[in-house]
Amino acid sequence: MSVTTTQTSSYQTDALIAADIDAYLLQHQHKSLLRFITCGSVDDGKSTLIGRLLYDSKMIFEDQLAALEADSKRVGTQGQNIDFALLVDGLAAEREQGITIDVAYRFFATEKRKFIVADTPGHEQYTRNMVTGASTADLAVILIDARKGVLTQTRRHSYLAHLIGIRHIVLAVNKMDLIGYDQEKYNAIVADYTKFAASIGINAFTPLPISGFMGDNITSRSANTPWYGGPTLMEHLETVELDVTADQQKPFRMPVQWVNRPNLDFRGFSGLISSGTVRPGDPIRVLPSGKTSTIARIVTIGGDLEQAVAGQSVTLCFADEIDCSRGDVICIADAPAEVADQFETVIVWMADDSLIPGRPYWLKLGTQTVTATVQAPKYQVNINTMEHMAAKTLELNAIGVANLATDRPIPFEPYATSHTLGGFILIDKITNATVAAGMLHFALRRSQNVHWQALDVSRETHAVLKNQKPAVLWFTGLSGAGKSTIANLVEKKLVRMNRHTFLLDGDNVRHGLNKDLGFTDADRIENIRRVGEVAKLMTDAGLIVITAFISPFRAERQMVREMMAPGEFIEIHIDTPLADAEARDVKGLYKKARSGALKNFTGIDSPYEPPHTPEIRIDTAKLTPGQAADLIIERLIP
Amino acid sequence: MTTPTPSPTSQLTHLQRLESESIHIMREVVAEAEKPVMLYSVGKDSAVMLHLARKAFYPSPPPFPLLHVDTTWKFKAMYELRDRMARESGMELLVYQNPEAAARGINPFDHGGLHTDMWKTEGLKQALDKYGFDAAFGGARRDEEKSRAKERIFSFRSANHRWDPKNQRPELWNLYNARKAKGESIRVFPISNWTELDIWQYIHLENIPIVPLYFAAKRPVVQRDGLTIMVDDERFRLRPGEVPEMKSVRFRTLGCYPLTGAVESEATTLPQVIQEMLLTTTSERQGRAIDHDQAASMEKKKQEGYF
Repeated sequence: MSVTTTQTSSYQTDALIAADIDAYLLQHQHKSLLRFITCGSVDDGKSTLIGRLLYDSKMIFEDQLAALEADSKRVGTQGQNIDFALLVDGLAAEREQGITIDVAYRFFATEKRKFIVADTPGHEQYTRNMVTGASTADLAVILIDARKGVLTQTRRHSYLAHLIGIRHIVLAVNKMDLIGYDQEKYNAIVADYTKFAASIGINAFTPLPISGFMGDNITSRSANTPWYGGPTLMEHLETVELDVTADQQKPFRMPVQWVNRPNLDFRGFSGLISSGTVRPGDPIRVLPSGKTSTIARIVTIGGDLEQAVAGQSVTLCFADEIDCSRGDVICIADAPAEVADQFETVIVWMADDSLIPGRPYWLKLGTQTVTATVQAPKYQVNINTMEHMAAKTLELNAIGVANLATDRPIPFEPYATSHTLGGFILIDKITNATVAAGMLHFALRRSQNVHWQALDVSRETHAVLKNQKPAVLWFTGLSGAGKSTIANLVEKKLVRMNRHTFLLDGDNVRHGLNKDLGFTDADRIENIRRVGEVAKLMTDAGLIVITAFISPFRAERQMVREMMAPGEFIEIHIDTPLADAEARDVKGLYKKARSGALKNFTGIDSPYEPPHTPEIRIDTAKLTPGQAADLIIERLIP
Repeated sequence: MTTPTPSPTSQLTHLQRLESESIHIMREVVAEAEKPVMLYSVGKDSAVMLHLARKAFYPSPPPFPLLHVDTTWKFKAMYELRDRMARESGMELLVYQNPEAAARGINPFDHGGLHTDMWKTEGLKQALDKYGFDAAFGGARRDEEKSRAKERIFSFRSANHRWDPKNQRPELWNLYNARKAKGESIRVFPISNWTELDIWQYIHLENIPIVPLYFAAKRPVVQRDGLTIMVDDERFRLRPGEVPEMKSVRFRTLGCYPLTGAVESEATTLPQVIQEMLLTTTSERQGRAIDHDQAASMEKKKQEGYF
């Protein structure tokens, strides 16, 4: 063994273990956890560095050391010396090829902290592996070969580490022994890197002159670099601030994983708190619904908690029975997350099959899984030069910026604010493979910014198959005017003529699709918007849609008209004087409204805006319902 | 079973973070899988897994059964604890024994590697197929062995239960892809990021019941093929000249008793066990016979369906 033995903290630890195990356990129990990633190619000595950290923190047992010595002689690249790289290159295929393909996780501890190291490959074709390893890291160690300085791969690793949001970057200038511990060469490398780092937005990093092979400045200050006054690598790892601590300062958020309902008397919402602090009595808001309540209890098997913080898995009970299920996000009431369905995103493509813009993929973000489509990328990033390149798709390991739309609004935060509510994966709906990882930048405010990909089976195809021209027959008029009666008759006549129809009626929609809506102006507008969207989908499917809603406001009828293809929206005003409708009062609603028992009733205390130029106007004073239906059919199918 | 409440800005300890991560993983599986099961081997890692499951779903009992793939050759003390824990947790316990291995009388004395293969690897596959479980929790840790260090937390298995180490799904942040086709399944390792020391310390802090074999006691043992083997019942075949002698021993890992090596020890309390573990100079799995065949033996076994 030609490795230099240094006085490490592990020896002091050993003494404590032997002398007072309880004191040691107490100390170990209070250690915090740092996750970090090492970036660099095999040539940079990355695996050797990790092997050295494990060795110096005494995480290698005698039998492992014996196997390591045997392996070193058989396949090692260090002659008769111990090849530390063999400790960490796990898979057999990797040992044979002498490269690190996948992400391997290693564990060690010092007196102050426990560490999880993600050892990831450095080659460009393993970009996805590096991104995977980086996604859970608080810190990145970027390795540079002191003989070579800042290379393309250094820039790539730094860009990826920064992209994935790692706040702490360590620049480990390795193999200092091979340049004679030359301070000037070291300073030149650091200056070179500083310039590059600033250009991609890395404003702070910690440079270190080290030798993984010789052990310089790893766990103890090296006599070979008297000009270096900073911390050793281990000292830096032991003292750097943790991300989870920073997350506790942000507003409270918890994605709901699972509703805990052992019996009718208990309803709890289980999840991992992604940011902030929560206490009983805190007012909360559930997204996307926006419903509010207060925290009643924080339940654990060991008794209720007074408080829980980011990083803890808990079960919360509310003071009120409000709807809340898997995928929802519980937020502090006065500072909730945003909700949107269209975003600008950065996407890292991870599959052999390239991105197909417009194809529906599963998107998993937090605990929500929704359908999402990605538009053609705005640009792809050359990860070696950081240049933006035009791209129609994204291939394996490509990184691009693209707009993305989900099939329903989802609670989110920009990735820079929250990795939990801003990071997502895309899953192929056929193969179930994870094909991409992405980060939400921001929500696109205007929905017209996104154009949906044309589908292979077009609306024309659907219409041709049904041998008809799709249309929306939009009945509007006062309550009791006879809209539903006439609409029903029209539908029956159309069906007898072998037309494919569907009737959307105020009552059937409000019992299901829109049962969450009331009769305020805002809810009436939302009611009509939803009916319009449903009707639009049905015309896409080739149907003749018949709707019977009071739909009192011109603006909303106009909104629906604009959703449809030109000529497909046929407005039919069932025109009845208020006095007639009120005299008929089939459902007794006018009576209730007049007595004040029913608020916001159209014609009484809420206005009805008759259409100026409807396609068809039916004067109920002159026509019976049957005559009215005949007239409408005549006008439709001359 | 108390976890200290941190103040708003205090750091969570590494054990609190590991516990939260494991609970999060278990809840994800229950939310997304159709028919999950927890493999229960009665060892210390299983003990921690069961404890975490009870915490994750409290006040509900864990919403899945325990499955013990039994080789019929475990220590008697393991069967006792197994039945007791099933009773106390209120969970259903399924015990599966490969009928073919039973019919052929496969045993650790005559059949060597075939014993593990038939009872454990084949038995596990048969049990998963029989009950139609689509997700199985296992207690493997990444610090145990090199190929495990690279396995995902959600580890995908083909309809033939095979693991393809070169075609693993990327696993980012704490987003787990549990989607799969019919017949395919997922092995889930919630304590992937725990180390042996974490396991022991957690057992100590949380007062988790474990098999007494982990503590030193006078036990009848023989020396055989470099291992100290305990004579746990009358089925043990003594070789000519072998006479069991009483020694103070304990076990660092538990499996089939004729294949599990004991270590001489005086450690009768958990702190003493931890102390011995920390000061020892050999890694945990050395007490098991199956890993010694060749450097990549565990990786091969895993590809074939061993947990």
